[in-house]
Amino acid sequence: MARPFFRRRKSCPFEGKNAPKIDYKDVRLLQGFMSERGKIVPSRITAVSAKRQRELAQAIKRARQIGLLPYLVK
Amino acid sequence: MPLYEHVFLARQDLSQAQVDALAAQATEIVESNQGKVTKTETWGLKSLAYKIDRNRKAHFVLLNIDAAGTVIQELERQTRINEDVIRYLTVRVDEHEEGPSAMMRKTDRDRKRRDREEYE
Repeated sequence: MARPFFRRRKSCPFEGKNAPKIDYKDVRLLQGFMSERGKIVPSRITAVSAKRQRELAQAIKRARQIGLLPYLVK
Repeated sequence: MPLYEHVFLARQDLSQAQVDALAAQATEIVESNQGKVTKTETWGLKSLAYKIDRNRKAHFVLLNIDAAGTVIQELERQTRINEDVIRYLTVRVDEHEEGPSAMMRKTDRDRKRRDREEYE
């Protein structure tokens, strides 16, 4: 039976084996969780778990500090 | 002793030899205070996401340090004085990564990711 508004709950991309490690040096990984404006994408869109989202935010902020990632893109 | 990762950014108009000298200087500070530098990694001249002190690019160096907190204080104090270093970041970590860090591995991770996308 078709359930029109059912959407499978996506699982956190940082769980499970061979999941990437959150690291402020891994620019390319972090960029995937930022908007085009350079903002951190909310976890309700990326399905990152709350714990990982906190780590991710920390990592992005560190990368920004040393000029690897932008604070904003105009 | 606690483990730290210390990244510093050197001005863009320095030569590679001067950057290596800066790294050696930092190592010297740590080692003269009973600390250990387990790894030194130079990422080379990379472009910055935004201008820092009128620099569009900077030389990046990563040091993995095993030393007491007071040593880090001293290292950071000296780094602040040095005008060739435009920015630094010291992070305490639970363990040091083996082998090259994410910055150096970039190319092979991309290959892996492509594989995963095909699978999905």
